[in-house]
Amino acid sequence: MNDGLKKEQILGIIEKKNGEKEQILSILMEIQKESGKNYVDKEWARIVADELGIPLTKVYDVLTFYAMFSTEPRGKYVIEVCNSAPCHVVNGSAVVQMFEEELGIKMGETTADGLFTLQYVPCFGACDIGPAVKIGEKVYGNLTKEKVTELLNSYREVSTCQK
Amino acid sequence: MEFFRSHVLICTGTGCTSSGSRLVISGLRKELEERNLEKEIRVVETGCFGFCNLGPIMVVYPEGVFYCQVKLEDIKEIVEEHFVKGRPVKRLLYSDPNTEVKTQEFENIEFFKHQKRIALSNCGSINPEKIEEYIAKDGYFALGKVLNEMTPLDVIEEIKKSGLRGRGGGGFPTGVKWGFAYKAKADQKYIVCNADEGDPGAFMDRSVLEGDPHSVLEAMAIAGYAIGASQGYVYVRAEYPIAVERLTLAIKQARNLGLLGKNIFGKGFDFEIDIRLGAGAFVCGEETALLTSIEGKRGEPRPRPPFPANSGLWGKPTIINNVETLANVARIIRNGWEWFASMGTEKSKGTKVFALAGKINNTGLIEVPMGTTLRTIIYDIGGGIPNGKKFKAAQTGGPSGGCITAELMDTPIDYDNLIAIGSMMGSGGLIVMDEDTCMVDIARFFLEFTQEESCGKCPPCRIGTKRMLEILTRICEGKGVPEDLETLETLAKTIKSTALCGLGQTSPNPVLSTLRYFRHEYEAHIYNKKCPAGVCKALLSYEIDPEKCRGCGLCARNCPVDAISGKIKEPFVIDNDKCIKCGTCMEKCKFGAISRK
Repeated sequence: MNDGLKKEQILGIIEKKNGEKEQILSILMEIQKESGKNYVDKEWARIVADELGIPLTKVYDVLTFYAMFSTEPRGKYVIEVCNSAPCHVVNGSAVVQMFEEELGIKMGETTADGLFTLQYVPCFGACDIGPAVKIGEKVYGNLTKEKVTELLNSYREVSTCQK
Repeated sequence: MEFFRSHVLICTGTGCTSSGSRLVISGLRKELEERNLEKEIRVVETGCFGFCNLGPIMVVYPEGVFYCQVKLEDIKEIVEEHFVKGRPVKRLLYSDPNTEVKTQEFENIEFFKHQKRIALSNCGSINPEKIEEYIAKDGYFALGKVLNEMTPLDVIEEIKKSGLRGRGGGGFPTGVKWGFAYKAKADQKYIVCNADEGDPGAFMDRSVLEGDPHSVLEAMAIAGYAIGASQGYVYVRAEYPIAVERLTLAIKQARNLGLLGKNIFGKGFDFEIDIRLGAGAFVCGEETALLTSIEGKRGEPRPRPPFPANSGLWGKPTIINNVETLANVARIIRNGWEWFASMGTEKSKGTKVFALAGKINNTGLIEVPMGTTLRTIIYDIGGGIPNGKKFKAAQTGGPSGGCITAELMDTPIDYDNLIAIGSMMGSGGLIVMDEDTCMVDIARFFLEFTQEESCGKCPPCRIGTKRMLEILTRICEGKGVPEDLETLETLAKTIKSTALCGLGQTSPNPVLSTLRYFRHEYEAHIYNKKCPAGVCKALLSYEIDPEKCRGCGLCARNCPVDAISGKIKEPFVIDNDKCIKCGTCMEKCKFGAISRK
């Protein structure tokens, strides 16, 4: 069994959704959230397939179609940078550079400590405070260099406290 | 009932939360407690006021004093000066970006003065987490009215006569749609609220769900009664966590009070609502794709007909309405169709919410009567363009729409006028662009978005948009050839007429629209190898003005590729073959000697 999630946990998540096939999106989202590495492992996908009584390919059908899912481990915190037009018009590319410099990684990569992954996402409706990024369920807008540094430090601190 | 001498409304929408409104709220509560004022002054957490770039926003009633960009450090002063001594804190009042005049009252601010808030009427004025506040503002009255006094056909007739059209993009008459589903015979029917808002630049649905979730639930129940459905689904993006949380809470509260569930108002009408989360696929905003996604499959569209009103979710008659459309429904039932139809233009009734983003002083959400001009929206409400720049165009309808140019600024904005000028209403995202925006680059950006979001089911969209994107990228890189424009137009027309769903059919619009109004910019890129707005990096060149250069060498020291050379105290020169056009030299120069061409 892959570390991160135990079979019982996955069964629990499926149970919460009454084992309904049509709730597969919510089930996979919950698994991804609980994984700590923001992804859905093949073994977990297989459990979902067995429990819902559908072929594994159907699970992958969903996993690969929707942008929110990843089948590869990602950082504990995924920094989602908007790359749609409204943020682009207000110089969103500068924000990408700030994150890249501050984290020492390129867009799409994960930091060596496994803490952060930097990736592009389409508009998440925070255009009023663009350029904006989203980390987990939190949205951060009107970003400047100072704010980016402060933001990353706050996540680093939380993470150290949890250790 | 408790009595308070002041109510302090603080926004807890996504925009203000991101700028720290939670900290302000907890700071204020603590300060009020320390001064024993918590029984006199009540703090209310509300939805969005719309003035998002000035967040966190605080409005103090009964005076209606409007404070913006309130920080934790300001709390002590507000409490001491305003709540204890009764003197508003002047420095936190709204200051007009052009005249710098400060305005004290909420309703006198230009941004709010020209608005007519119907769908957004509760956003920013009630606590969305308390059903009692919604009810106090006549909430669920309309549901009671339809169940007690109206037949399903009366309801449908009322909505038809109001002239309400779908606010999600298509603009289809809502009452007519309901009528189709009413006629369809089936043992089960469904009401689906499309909250998979994904148009870049649109965030009104998020704000309605965050600020007034019950208005959507009430309208869904009314629609359920009208067509004979007992089950509703809200399909909402997982990217909107605050909206999901408030919706979940609102459904629970409505169930507890018997406003959802079995035998509502004792009238034998059953209606349940459940939430389904979208997982980041723009195409799921298309109604048939949305339905397949609710069924737990890849969100791919299917051909219409059959239309969902006849065969939708699990093959049953289904009505899919957008959030903003639904937010109007209860108000129409309450105030009568005549009231709604008295606003707007001949064929577009009521109001429309627009999301202002991009190069505009006041970004945020506004609601105006249909037929308002772009000039009013941008200059009176939006406060104009920042930094004294010139307005170039506004993109409406996101990746499916087109642009409105300066010459067309006085066109009354409604569904039909926008289509006539080659754009569309879409969901109401309005991205403002100034002279520094390259229209070719913008068209490329929108197409990149649709190309990325294409589900891949039909070839015109999957392959056609890819080819168009390649051409646009080439033009932006200075490698465009004269026949490119014609090829773009041919591809665009083919995709428009052959793609399977709305996403594909409308994807060439930004290109066609910019080609129509800004062809000269495309030609400048192709023939002169210049980007007039100075955006496309490959076409830029940096030059040092020898007259202005003092020969300090700062630019040369900062150049990452050693492309600048010269002797100290003499004018420096840029070697454009080595230059990577990063712009660092121009930023660093203290004498404004470096220019971009």
